[in-house]
Amino acid sequence: MTITRREMLAAGAATLAGAVVTPGLRLIELATAKSPEDAVTALRRWGMLIDVAKCNDCDACVTACREENGWQGHNRPATDAQWIRKVKLKDTETGYVQTLPLMCQHCEHPPCVDVCPTGASFKRADGIVLVDKHICIGCRYCMMACPYKARSFVHEATTDQKPYAPRGMGTVEACTLCVHRVDEGRIPACVEACTKDGHQALVFGDLKDSNSDIRKRLAAASSTQLRADLKLNTGVRYTGL
Amino acid sequence: MRSNRPTNRLLVGAAAMLIGVAVALPAYAHEKTAGSRVPMPSVHTTPGEKCVEPTDVMRRDHMKFILHQRDDTMHRGIRTSKHSFKNCVDCHADPKTGSVLGKDGFCQSCHSYAAVTIDCFSCHTDKPEKQPGNKAAAPGNIQSGAAAITGSSAP
Amino acid sequence: MYITYREIEGRSFGFYALLAILGAIVLAGLGAAWYMEHNGHHVTGMNNQVVWGIPHVFAVFLIVAASGALNVASIASVFGRQLYKPLAPLSGLLAITVLAGGLSVLVLDLGRPDRLIVAMTYYNFKSIFAWNIFLYTGFFAIVAVYLWMMMERRMNDYSKPVGMFAFIWRLTLTTGTGSIFGFLVARDGYDTAVMAPMFIVFSFAYGLAIYMIVLLAGMNWSDRRVGEAVFGRLRKLLGVFIAGSFYFVLVYHLTNLYITQRHGVEAFILLDGGVYTKMFWIGQVLLGYVAPLVILFHPSLGKSRALVMLACVLTVLGGIAQMYVTIIGGQAYPMQLLAGKEVVESSFFDGRVGSYAPSLPEVVLGVSGLGIALFLAAFALKVLPFLPQSLADADADPHHKATAGEAGKPAAA
Repeated sequence: MTITRREMLAAGAATLAGAVVTPGLRLIELATAKSPEDAVTALRRWGMLIDVAKCNDCDACVTACREENGWQGHNRPATDAQWIRKVKLKDTETGYVQTLPLMCQHCEHPPCVDVCPTGASFKRADGIVLVDKHICIGCRYCMMACPYKARSFVHEATTDQKPYAPRGMGTVEACTLCVHRVDEGRIPACVEACTKDGHQALVFGDLKDSNSDIRKRLAAASSTQLRADLKLNTGVRYTGL
Repeated sequence: MRSNRPTNRLLVGAAAMLIGVAVALPAYAHEKTAGSRVPMPSVHTTPGEKCVEPTDVMRRDHMKFILHQRDDTMHRGIRTSKHSFKNCVDCHADPKTGSVLGKDGFCQSCHSYAAVTIDCFSCHTDKPEKQPGNKAAAPGNIQSGAAAITGSSAP
Repeated sequence: MYITYREIEGRSFGFYALLAILGAIVLAGLGAAWYMEHNGHHVTGMNNQVVWGIPHVFAVFLIVAASGALNVASIASVFGRQLYKPLAPLSGLLAITVLAGGLSVLVLDLGRPDRLIVAMTYYNFKSIFAWNIFLYTGFFAIVAVYLWMMMERRMNDYSKPVGMFAFIWRLTLTTGTGSIFGFLVARDGYDTAVMAPMFIVFSFAYGLAIYMIVLLAGMNWSDRRVGEAVFGRLRKLLGVFIAGSFYFVLVYHLTNLYITQRHGVEAFILLDGGVYTKMFWIGQVLLGYVAPLVILFHPSLGKSRALVMLACVLTVLGGIAQMYVTIIGGQAYPMQLLAGKEVVESSFFDGRVGSYAPSLPEVVLGVSGLGIALFLAAFALKVLPFLPQSLADADADPHHKATAGEAGKPAAA
């Protein structure tokens, strides 16, 4: 069969068009959803990049997390659980003020995992640090050990738990990076809310994927970890601090 | 006793045993009839085609499936719906009460009868994810595979 | 010299009253634990900022004191000091009962105490807590065997090797307890290697103080004599241990004062921490170190048994104050997220001193740990011969020489 030059050019153009559009397609589903029966592997490491310059006084991320995961308050701020909170920092010398959201930093070397006596506090192969509440005995040692005060103890009986985010009295909990969403190929609720609101301060992605948005941004601008001197290699990074 | 004569001790012992039997008997008298102390389990659940495992297997081993799946899901991220706890609740919730707990709840009535404490629902919700009236059901979540497997959907 | 041991008679009104009071304290503690577990920890003063409170203060104090209580037996078996041999069985008993009291409080305060089986079957061996579970349960077994070696004549030859094993085990145990805090990198008040040896010296002081209180009470209330040889030796030993504790506290704070990063937490404890500063200076230093040292080493004050008993009680109170400063003060002081920046607003109390006020259920639970320890000890004294019949100089002092007034009595062997 002979191909005319015109057909050849058309085929080449179509191929080129497909190749050009593909990165855009990849951006829409930020991560290829793994199949439910596959175990997570260390080929990925989930992380988050927070651009403090784009963060202002809104708390859409906090509200979204609360609604997604069902941690409601009981008007007892000292004992109410908080998986994420907004923190306002001021430079002691210059007076410069910034706000940022603070949640579990999903460290590569988590102190909370080191100290848990039963192994309930653990790091998944893909880097997400979780509490296995089936074996948590509620000793709160991990809460003592966390450098970011990321964890909360459930001080009262829970009701109306979300089916994909079980939580119960007497166990410890923290930000799960919305692991139930991530395993389905979606992004955490806080990131989705911030994006929908137009601030775009939160970016979520696979830190080991050189093509991911988060990797590119981390390579392009200066970023830092909170309490970097502890050398925990956190999965959550901040720029603009 | 006035004396330690064998006859006296025998009589006292026999009397004590009879009293013991008399006290305990009423508790067991009506065991087989209706209205016994512990009601037989009556489970109200959504009628589906069948469960993910045969009934007799489930009766004996459902706790093993639950225990094994929880570690797979928690630690390895395996979220197959066959033994997923969420899937069990979605299917087995009582259509009237929307729960697997309660007097006629699928889980609780059997567990009350067998006097085996269940710890699951201190953390897990006892209400299905898919029911429209359920506050706990989050809109926009991808449906679990329950509908595909059992062919039944929420009422 | 030949020492006889005998159970206390334990049939007096006073003894039953003591058991009743201690039993009531224990029951109150169980009730408090049920209340906390049933309603959730929001009924306590503990919160997400200060996660360990009064129950842990008492629990860790008792655990540390328990390993120190075994010291007296170790001095007898491991270091071969004859004077301490009759004191050894009570030392082993107290080590067991005080540890039981401390562990009970720790377990009852867990968020899920019904999961104790989980704690005993799932282990993360990087956690010092997991190692502690083995160390504590092993301690019970080893001290039980040690007591058997000491109290059964045929086995007395083995009390030295078993005693040595128990001695090393208990040093490991207390190292593990101190390391609970020493291994925490997150907080300025912890994260130091000196925690382990400091806790070991604390254990010497607290354990001996409790031992002396129970020994004197047990002997006096069952009309048994304690001579000056034994009493004087124990008194001076307690003084040395308290001085050692004071030394370690000085080293800890002096070192922190050299580390600019830690000036914040030092100012908090030593100067402007409110209740923590008061607990430190008045509770830990004044009542726990200075006052007992003055009493114990003063030539005439130290001769008064009542004052020495007071010194022991003050040491215990000082120990509880020290645990309060370490455990609660260490948590209350905020962590710094970013160098050079302070937190001005946070819904989760970042950057602010954690507020903590002990609640009644916590205090009742904590005190009941001491109640459990003393109840078990009092009961055991009635059941088995832990107490020597007499610790009078003629009977207990290996260097005693019969004086003229004692002529006619059989000479000490």
